[in-house]
Amino acid sequence: MVTPTRKKDRIDALAASSADFDAGVSLAVSAWRQLRRSPMFLTGAVIIGLFVLVSLLSPWLAPQDPSEPMLIDQVVKARNEIPPIQPGHVLGGDLQGRDFFSRLLVGSQQTLIVGVLATLIGLTGGLTLGTLAGAFGGWVDSAVMRVVDVMLSLPSLLLAFSISALFARPNQYTVIVAVAVVQIPVFARLLRGSMLAQRHSDHVLAATALGVKPGAIVFRHMLPNSLGPVIVQSTLVLATAIIDAAALSFLGLGNPDDRIPEWGQMLGDVQNVFDTHPQLAFWPAGCIIVVALGFTLMGETLREALDPKSRR
Amino acid sequence: MLRYTIRRLIQLVGVVLVLSLLLFAWLRALPGGPVSALLGERATPESREALTKQLGLDQPIFVQYFKFLGRALSGDFGVSTGVQPGDSAMEIFLQRFPATIELSFLAIVIAIAFGIPLGYLAAKRRGGWFDNLSVGGSLIGVAVPVFFLAYVLKDVLSSALGLPTEGRQDAINATRVTGFFVFDGVITQEWDAALNALEHLILPAVALSTIPFAVVFRITRAAVLDVLDEDFVRTAESKGLTAPVIRRRHVLRNAMLPVVTTIGLQTGALLAGAVLTEKVFSFAGVGQALAIGFERRDYPVLLLLIIMATIVYVVVNLLVDLSYAFIDPRIRTR
Repeated sequence: MVTPTRKKDRIDALAASSADFDAGVSLAVSAWRQLRRSPMFLTGAVIIGLFVLVSLLSPWLAPQDPSEPMLIDQVVKARNEIPPIQPGHVLGGDLQGRDFFSRLLVGSQQTLIVGVLATLIGLTGGLTLGTLAGAFGGWVDSAVMRVVDVMLSLPSLLLAFSISALFARPNQYTVIVAVAVVQIPVFARLLRGSMLAQRHSDHVLAATALGVKPGAIVFRHMLPNSLGPVIVQSTLVLATAIIDAAALSFLGLGNPDDRIPEWGQMLGDVQNVFDTHPQLAFWPAGCIIVVALGFTLMGETLREALDPKSRR
Repeated sequence: MLRYTIRRLIQLVGVVLVLSLLLFAWLRALPGGPVSALLGERATPESREALTKQLGLDQPIFVQYFKFLGRALSGDFGVSTGVQPGDSAMEIFLQRFPATIELSFLAIVIAIAFGIPLGYLAAKRRGGWFDNLSVGGSLIGVAVPVFFLAYVLKDVLSSALGLPTEGRQDAINATRVTGFFVFDGVITQEWDAALNALEHLILPAVALSTIPFAVVFRITRAAVLDVLDEDFVRTAESKGLTAPVIRRRHVLRNAMLPVVTTIGLQTGALLAGAVLTEKVFSFAGVGQALAIGFERRDYPVLLLLIIMATIVYVVVNLLVDLSYAFIDPRIRTR
């Protein structure tokens, strides 16, 4: 079996992989056994655990107020000087004289919000479309899938750029929406694939024979069994959402209000001083890379663990 | 084969039609409507009124759509308001398209030249330190924001390597023939011009190639792993064929099918990546025009470039599908 690579086929193969398997233990149990011993998964989990912990606690962890330009008297625009490292400010200040370390800490929170909200919106939209298509089949399926295919025929990041250019005044939420919408077709296709694979499976047949209502079959039997690949994709989308949000900021399509920091925005906004103050870019970039890597490691190892083919 | 190609081309027309409908809706949804979008905010009331009439904005909506479509088909997308104010959008596209092709082509060549051999080696040494290191590296590669990497290359590596970081070519006296600067230099035998243009391509192309490289590497590795398990490889080994022959004829040839598809799919990543990379390196290609267009909300240019990007993306994928037949004889006979 050769690994499929076309975007559509890859999504479909991933979807079908969850459809049927037979082994002594449930897929979840065997996946967990495999993951527990995987150093890649554990590394990812530790990174993400720390990231979530820091972002939840950051308002209390931050030594200074991240939006207060307390060092503004040390900023000399003409000579391109920013506040240096000094007692109480372990990483110095940014271009507006705000404490850089506190901004990084608090930035984790907005970054997490961008990632999670974007994934949730993409997931909800995709789940709705995918369930519609997969549960009904027939013309509903064709109609939904045509729309999805048109969306997939645009390069996704370019689509995200275009969507955010629609908004006259970008803000935090337009960024999230732009990054989320491009994920909807992927989730929809994924879910439809695994629902279709189940329509003719034994447990659905059994439920039908027992007289279970169609709605209950879809929501109680088919949907829960299709979630594996969706969870994998969500983990990967968490990483791309954060990186894409940074790209939007870089193009001037991000949130212009920087009182509450976000890593992508911090990175995108310092493009003009990259050569003189590289540290202002390196720190947020480093944070983004580590967190994106964490999500990717978890996603990739989950994918392998949930793939029945690899359970040999 | 021919029927298949025709069917796909009809599909392409369908996609472009739906896209044009979406872009039409986009243009109308813009703040100030299409007139402001096409003329910019500084237009005089007279010219606004003239364009309103010319566009037929007082007519029913479907008539407006067909007029929009008609103008679009004749290549009239309006005049740029931000990228190169005053030039027509089509002119800007035609002038910049060769630059982006040159850049993307070099990027994909780099991705293939490193991705396929490294992917093969990683698969052969599965689980070894080389495999783990390169898989880890490829995972980090996709986690790095492209524009950040571009800045690192520009500010850190360029001085060490002595490579230029701005534009497509230094202001030297070069003959323009096709708009492809490297190619122009070669056919006019102005070798210094060709070399100079190539030097300008290297850093942006390296930045642009990271994501395609990571993807090509991982797909090659996975495909080679699949093929190495196959019976025909064991048969070839037991027949006593030499390792290079097995590698070339039996393993790589069979593993290439998914890799070729992936390369086609990377066109999308390249187009989006070009927006970011070309902006960093002030490289006068389509991507830079898109970046400036987004920044200054230059809608006529954005509309045209997005349509063109989609057409390129779909056509490249069609070509990739057709190229299967040459790689895999099983498909040819079907």
